[in-house]
Amino acid sequence: MLSSYGKKYDVIVVGAGHAGCEAALAAARMGCSTLLLTMNIDAVALMSCNPAIGGLAKGHLVREIDALGGEMGLNIDATGIQFRTLNTKKGPAVRATRAQADRQQYRLRMKQVIEEQPGLDLKQGSVVRLQIEGRRVVGVEVREGLSFAGKMVILTTGTFMRGLVHVGLHHYASGRAGEPASEGVSDQLRSLGFKVGRLKTGTPARLNGRTIDYEKLEKQAGDTPPPPFSFLTKGIDQDQICCHITYTNERTHEIIRGGLDRSPLYTGVIEGVGPRYCPSIEDKVMRFPDKDHHQMFLEPEGLTTHEVYPSGMSTSLPPDVQLAFYRSIAGLGQVEIMRPGYAIEYDFVNPTELFPTLETRHVEGLFHAGQVNGTSGYEEAAAQGLVAGINAALRVQEKEPLVITRDLGYTGVLIDDLVTKGAEEPYRMFTSRSEYRLLLREDNADLRLTPIGRRIGLVSETRWAAFTRKGEEIERGRKILGQQRIAPGEKEKIKRLGVETLKNGVSLEELLRRPEITLADLLFLDEDLAGISGQAREQLEISTKYAGYIERQREQVERFRRTEDVRVPENFDFGAVPGLSSEVREKLQKVQPRSLGQASRISGVTPAAIAILAVLLRRR
Amino acid sequence: MFEEDTIVAPATAIGDGGVNILRLSGPSALPLLKKAFRPSARLKDEFASHHLYHGQIIGPHGDVRDEVMAVFMQAPRSYTREDVAEIHCHGGVLVTRRILDQLIDQGARLARPGEFTLRAFLNGRIDLAQAEGVVDVIRAQSERACQLAVGQMEGRLSSLVSEFRDQLLDALALLESWIDFPEEDIERTDIERIASGIAEVRDEIAAAVATFEQGRIIRDGARVLILGKPNVGKSSLLNALLGQSRAIVTELPGTTRDTIEEGIFLEGLRLRLIDTAGVRVTEDEIEKEGVKRATEKIAEADLILLVLDVSRPLNEEDFVALDLCPAEKILVIGNKQDLGKSALPSPFSDFSSITVSVHKNQGLEDLKNAIVAFFRRGERSEAAEDVVIADRRHRDALLRTSRQLESALSGLGSEVPPELIAVDLQGALSALGEITGETTPEEVLNRIFARFCIGK
Repeated sequence: MLSSYGKKYDVIVVGAGHAGCEAALAAARMGCSTLLLTMNIDAVALMSCNPAIGGLAKGHLVREIDALGGEMGLNIDATGIQFRTLNTKKGPAVRATRAQADRQQYRLRMKQVIEEQPGLDLKQGSVVRLQIEGRRVVGVEVREGLSFAGKMVILTTGTFMRGLVHVGLHHYASGRAGEPASEGVSDQLRSLGFKVGRLKTGTPARLNGRTIDYEKLEKQAGDTPPPPFSFLTKGIDQDQICCHITYTNERTHEIIRGGLDRSPLYTGVIEGVGPRYCPSIEDKVMRFPDKDHHQMFLEPEGLTTHEVYPSGMSTSLPPDVQLAFYRSIAGLGQVEIMRPGYAIEYDFVNPTELFPTLETRHVEGLFHAGQVNGTSGYEEAAAQGLVAGINAALRVQEKEPLVITRDLGYTGVLIDDLVTKGAEEPYRMFTSRSEYRLLLREDNADLRLTPIGRRIGLVSETRWAAFTRKGEEIERGRKILGQQRIAPGEKEKIKRLGVETLKNGVSLEELLRRPEITLADLLFLDEDLAGISGQAREQLEISTKYAGYIERQREQVERFRRTEDVRVPENFDFGAVPGLSSEVREKLQKVQPRSLGQASRISGVTPAAIAILAVLLRRR
Repeated sequence: MFEEDTIVAPATAIGDGGVNILRLSGPSALPLLKKAFRPSARLKDEFASHHLYHGQIIGPHGDVRDEVMAVFMQAPRSYTREDVAEIHCHGGVLVTRRILDQLIDQGARLARPGEFTLRAFLNGRIDLAQAEGVVDVIRAQSERACQLAVGQMEGRLSSLVSEFRDQLLDALALLESWIDFPEEDIERTDIERIASGIAEVRDEIAAAVATFEQGRIIRDGARVLILGKPNVGKSSLLNALLGQSRAIVTELPGTTRDTIEEGIFLEGLRLRLIDTAGVRVTEDEIEKEGVKRATEKIAEADLILLVLDVSRPLNEEDFVALDLCPAEKILVIGNKQDLGKSALPSPFSDFSSITVSVHKNQGLEDLKNAIVAFFRRGERSEAAEDVVIADRRHRDALLRTSRQLESALSGLGSEVPPELIAVDLQGALSALGEITGETTPEEVLNRIFARFCIGK
């Protein structure tokens, strides 16, 4: 018999992974009574795969989460054991922060933050059914025979729905190695009319660090000082570690090829589609037969464990083949595997059935976020969780929903891509997915999003004060750069700057536009400028130096906007557009884009098709 | 749902002739045809597509309006990819108009200029460059212009553009992976591959753009300016080349006070001959204005026939005229050679020259040959697959593409961050897409389709 838990929640979040934690915290911080349900309360914010946060475009997402008032940035700053800025030789827009986490510390701190959050209950319980009245969700039921009432339900089930783990030709139901799968919910979703599909992902073995011979291997240290993620973090205090780099070789590849007859991927046992951008080592070997080696990183999983994560080496080959090929790699001759690598197949729900708020079209009050929408990666999950949590809370409060547009953040790009293109393979964020790349930088995530976070009530007083201060400093700096000038006669200063003699006076701004001059070079010229904080100086420097390109990108975007803004009328029948191929027509009918811009981003919709639609829609 | 209406227009110029054709396109093309047309032999059951039928057009009161042939072309095997019907009636203004009015009364809408071709474009049968080829085919004034336009209509330019596009997309993909996969070691060779891919497209675009002068002259004709001091026989030369009297010729210097333009064909070359007022130092306001106009025309001219009177010594006005002309456009014409001839002094002797006597009709064939040779020089051998750019719009888009590619290349050479180079490449792709219509701004599209004559 089902008993009802007395308390009625505003928002119930199902699953306490990276999406679920952000969703629950956002809803609770916005004043909603919130329940976070997880199958295993010891696995809150567990990093199932790589013990790392950030990287290209993903670091950007973390910064955006932080700027909006989310938790991920603060959590990795508190528990990270190696921080690096990637792409330092490239421009500011594609520089990104990446950090190794102490896996256990990461989850423990997040659990503590959740426990301490007023208005948020964390409970263990495995949801088997959604309670639906009409077309509206009203609560959830757990396996333990209890039901919880809630106005909004956010599903963040990760890889747990009908999860199936493969190691070699052996497979068993499991949501993650060592944990059971969740049954029931995906069947119910299917019966509610959702399109449920199958995806696959994988993870490498975990190695015992005491059996690795690091002497022979190339070291990779973090940056000093470690660059933090959060705009609030002043510095990283905890101990930092080193990673190592090694490479596969011909022998490794031979062993892998020899084991393919027992690979679930290559014998057709796995039906789910895997991530092209994060291939297993057997995929890399087979797809790039000309490459005689592949790079791998050996990343410690924490300060209190010897487990090591061999990054870039995920595999679902049988354990004996895994051991043999790992041992063929330099430095790993004597290595012991602690946990074998595996592949996992899981159910995901077609995200084109979502509104841009992440609420489902089929069931009112039901939101989907994270891997269940077909994405891969903690950061992608967390960003969606945050947006779902915010929108669930806004619905409870009967306020305008929040849709982050593509020009405001990768978060917007992510969600727009999902709801318009769907996910044919696990979706990972790349900077190239954004047409606004120069505008969407890690360094200005706060300028883009903190005012929004403030408006919806997620940004704390401390964060807002720091943000306002930074804004004022930027303003002050801009004035100084524009007004301060150097006259041709100021020989001493000119000499110190190392520029050739000046014919006319120049402003500091004009000087800063020169490629060879940095803002740091100008500090001696003005005391007030030198007094401005590093974060504000960075903004000044980037916005001045790249103004030309940023302007050009803006123009491209403007031109694109004219396409973007052409509305597609309600009930527009794409099937009746004669010039389109049946494939394009089918895709348009499926997604029903609301604007020409949205139509142009649907995969497989050709530029020629857009030209046809553009003329048709404008001529109406 | 949109454009659901059926359009109609005369597909031939309305005038008295043998046959006029009325064309219908749209979902009601067949019903409209059936309503107006009575076949002379009983149809088995339906109009067979792409078959010509003999019959009559029957007016609303059962009156026979004309004896015609009619054809139905079922979508998508038609010009517009819609159902199309054509009525071939007698070529009289009135009879054509009466049938047209009847079709409009029965529900067809008179097509806007270019609307049939617009529909072909909208229905994905042709792209923008091909649609422009259609206009050029219709407007072609010479055989070679026509040949060029047919090539464009058949998609020769379009496939070149799509080749460029694919090459640039490859370069962009490499560039993007260099940006997005910092942990993978992208090798120097990959950067070189990006650069060489871009450079290749740039060079091919340069080669295509270099054909523009030639293409423009084939398509629009060349402008040949007749210049010289007064009374050297410029107007006589014009008349002689035209084979008729167009300009007034008198013994009085300065008779031609304005410029006169006439078209002729020489061996398939279309030429605009422009006669100008004589170049002289004068106080006459009207004549000064004429000279001013002549100098303006010099800038637009493709060839300048600098006419000298070789029967008399040259004077400063000849030098002034020479001075006005860019050297690469000059062909010196020594006229009145029958009246005695002196050798051309330097610098006139530095240019190619022809001596003629317009009055005696001597040397004119040589002159015509020299003009033709001037325009054929440096012309590429016209292999069938070569693309010749004839439209200024295409040339401008290619030049803009090329500028962005230059910027990308100089960026790659000077360690400009790759995400900025990507901005250049995106810009290049966007400029390229304007040629085939993917990224063409709406105003431009409207202008292009407005160039069509009605019924096409």
